[in-house]
Amino acid sequence: MGKPSDLVQGTLDLLILKTISLEPKHGWAIAKRIQQISNDVLQVQQGSLYPALHRLEQQGWIRARWNETETGRQAKFYSLTAAGRAQLEREEESWNRLSTAINLIVEGV
Amino acid sequence: MRWLERFRMSLMVLFCRQAATARLNDELEFHLEEQIAENIAHGLSPDEARSAALRAFGNPTLVRDQTISNWSWNWLEKLARDVRYGARTLTRSPGFALIAILVIALGIGATTSLFTIVRAVLLNPLPFRDPEKLVMVYEHFRGSTSGDGFNVVSPADFRDWREKTHGFQDVAAWRRYGFDLTGEHAEVPEVVQAAGGSWNLFSVLGTQPAFGRTFAPEEDMQGGRHVVLLTWSLFQRRFGGDASVLGTQIRLDSTPYVIIGVLPRWFTYPDTHVQLWVPYASTFSPREFDAHDDHQSLVIARLKPGVSAAAATNQVGALQYQIHLANATKPVAEEARYRPMLEDVVQDVKRPLIVLLCAVACMLLIACLNVSNLLVARGAARRKEVAVRSALGGGRLTLIREQMTESLLICFAGGTIGVLLSLLATHWLASQWQDLPRAEAIHVDALVFVFAFGLVFLTALLAGLIPAISSTGKGVFAALQESSRSIGGSTSRAILRKALLTVEIALTVTLLVSAGLLFKTFLRLRTADLGCAMDHVLTMKYGLPEKQYDTREKVIAFHDSVRERVGRLPGVRAAGLVSTPPGGGYEGDDVFTIPERPSSSFQLQYDALYRTVDPSYFTVMQIPLLRGRFFTDQERLTRDHYIVISKKFADQFFSGDNPVGKHISVAWTGKSEPYEITGVVGDTLWSVTEPTKATMYFPILSGIPDQTSWATIVVRTTGDPLALSIPIQQQIAALDPALPVYDILTIQQILGKTTASQSFSATLVLAFAVVSLLLAAIGLYGVLSYLVTQRIRELGIRIALGAQRSQVLQLVLLDGLRPVFIGLLIGLAGGAVAGALIRSILYGTSPLDPVVFAAMVGCLLLTTAASCALPAIRAARMDPMLALRNE
Repeated sequence: MGKPSDLVQGTLDLLILKTISLEPKHGWAIAKRIQQISNDVLQVQQGSLYPALHRLEQQGWIRARWNETETGRQAKFYSLTAAGRAQLEREEESWNRLSTAINLIVEGV
Repeated sequence: MRWLERFRMSLMVLFCRQAATARLNDELEFHLEEQIAENIAHGLSPDEARSAALRAFGNPTLVRDQTISNWSWNWLEKLARDVRYGARTLTRSPGFALIAILVIALGIGATTSLFTIVRAVLLNPLPFRDPEKLVMVYEHFRGSTSGDGFNVVSPADFRDWREKTHGFQDVAAWRRYGFDLTGEHAEVPEVVQAAGGSWNLFSVLGTQPAFGRTFAPEEDMQGGRHVVLLTWSLFQRRFGGDASVLGTQIRLDSTPYVIIGVLPRWFTYPDTHVQLWVPYASTFSPREFDAHDDHQSLVIARLKPGVSAAAATNQVGALQYQIHLANATKPVAEEARYRPMLEDVVQDVKRPLIVLLCAVACMLLIACLNVSNLLVARGAARRKEVAVRSALGGGRLTLIREQMTESLLICFAGGTIGVLLSLLATHWLASQWQDLPRAEAIHVDALVFVFAFGLVFLTALLAGLIPAISSTGKGVFAALQESSRSIGGSTSRAILRKALLTVEIALTVTLLVSAGLLFKTFLRLRTADLGCAMDHVLTMKYGLPEKQYDTREKVIAFHDSVRERVGRLPGVRAAGLVSTPPGGGYEGDDVFTIPERPSSSFQLQYDALYRTVDPSYFTVMQIPLLRGRFFTDQERLTRDHYIVISKKFADQFFSGDNPVGKHISVAWTGKSEPYEITGVVGDTLWSVTEPTKATMYFPILSGIPDQTSWATIVVRTTGDPLALSIPIQQQIAALDPALPVYDILTIQQILGKTTASQSFSATLVLAFAVVSLLLAAIGLYGVLSYLVTQRIRELGIRIALGAQRSQVLQLVLLDGLRPVFIGLLIGLAGGAVAGALIRSILYGTSPLDPVVFAAMVGCLLLTTAASCALPAIRAARMDPMLALRNE
């Protein structure tokens, strides 16, 4: 198995938003979740994850709360804001358009 | 809602930045712990688990910094760091910081003050309704060469303009007037300056009275009801701001006037001296009111929508030409001219104010260059540091930003002090300036602060950018390669400093020359010869109300008693009477003909100033008799058809012939009558700033009410003239207790009053120039000391190899004086240009006055030589062994 693929430029935001769309998650859980769902293909480095989370928070797409985890430790849980939900929809739509287009080319030629 | 969220976040990272950073650390720590927990779950020992987790995590500090870089307000944090750094470097050399801050404070403070004044006086619109639609209309005599071509208007002309032309929406007129003001019950009498305004004046200006009403049309007619409008200041001062005075009476020149209204507080047009307004027509006799050749009024017109001022004035001009043709034998103007009202109000102060503003801007620029120069020197001392930091990866922009922060700090501190200074100084400056129009409108507002703030940034940019750019950049690594034994140091930096110095010197010379010219003007004015005795002379005015003093006998009786009583006072050498003393103003002029010379050259009608004098006036004032004789005491009452003329009059109109015994026909009492010339006297100046004008003196002892009922007592004293003012006033009060005296001034005080504004601007510009000279000297000293330090080894070698001390001295001096000479040449050219620009406010000196130029060049050379001498002598005296060992 080679190195985990680099994340496609600009898709990290989409992945984060999507991952926390169902329930609030902390940073560690978000990274784990992305790794699991993608069958270990996508690995998010901490050096990208936390700057991205804080950027999204500053922009008002997501909101953070300090809560207890199952193990009873305090952790920072991120959840979508209403604006973030709308943003997720936009990002999904644009991702779909882009991937369809790329597929058309890759399979068509 | 999103903006609310963003706002909340940005507030949090702004105000709870430390807490937020702590929480971020917690967050990352949690991540690490989870990783460790997972590693342990995979079977690693706790230690291995921890190091594996750290390996996977990377550099936690880097992650933290990268995350924080996504927060807002990072620029603020950077700025705070720069400011901390800048402040630390500045406090390391407090002397430099203090000088720089003071220099900038002075520059910014003075510039802000003058900007405040210039804006309030020259730029702000007048406080009337639609002030840009107001123009002043004047008569214009074709072929008139004296004055500015804007001639005041006669009442009959104004009335014709208003009735017969329709280009303006409305036309109003006013004139200056004066009254003795008393109450109904023998209150303290006072002399007030007043104005007569046409009934529509206040509606043309768009001004509502604070109380009561303005004039009605039927009040502004010959024989109309006597009504008066008070200005706010008189209302407060004399009537205690009590609105119940409306409808009551006051006495003006003994005639009762009904108070009908009070003007608002802000209404100070034409100036603060005018205390009350009466209807325009009431200030004229019927004959004067119908005269086309009696000029004294100012005409204000409001533009009609869609009609230009030029078009409307052309209509007036066409009408004026008709009036001129109908009055061909009298001095009636042919044309009309207009100018915007604002321009009219500020025309006398516009140029001096702009000169001051330029001077102060010049000083600020010099201050900027000086700080810049000092920063370049500091940059030189820090070359190694900058080079090391560049080598370690410090970005050029970061380095420039840091140095700029330093100059910004200096300018900001200087600016703050400067604005505080300016807050204190602005009103003082404005009050020092005599008769500054609209001075009451001067105030510091938000825009002034914005201006000062902008100035701070501009100076910081100017002062900081050149040194910052020059001390960073490509050449910077050379400092690392430079061996400590290399000779000469960096020459480019020295060239930069010399260039800055050259500009500084050039600006200083320009400023010095302008200041010198203005100061010479002022000196010339102060020492101007009025043509009469100037020391130990007291003057004092009174005016006899026509109501009580209604016959020639009564007027003469009063004048005679004054002469007699004042002349007997101890300390009085001699006393005389004149309508207006030398230097005291224009008074008035009249046209005349000379029956003995009915030549065609007199068709144009010449005019001359008139004065009324008593027989002893010329002796008292030591005005020399050139021909004939003075008046005698017998030439009084109706035996008054005698006249004394000035030398200028004789030269101009008798061209060398003996005028004594000849006649002048002049309409002194209404109709033209011949007056016999008894004598010719020396010229006097009516205003110290104006050339002399042909003058005719009528006998005051004719006693004609109105013509001779006001007078100035002139007294030549043995001691301090002002000490006599109370005794003289007591004598007059003994004759008529209700008669106020006013304008109690010595001749020197009259001179001081008329030259006050010149003295003010000359002193200010000179002060700016001296400060600039000091700055230039400091700059020169700095540059030369720096050069000597740079060349110390080279000079040491020279001396060791046998160079004479004098040669070394010469070497260093030449090095320092070269930029001075170049700057001096540029500055002299600049001074010539500046002199030409301020030509119109100069008096008694040419713009290229050699004395001024030589004095200023000498002044500059002396100062620069002094500031060069110290480093040069230090260089020449140095011990070569010490210099060479000095590592």
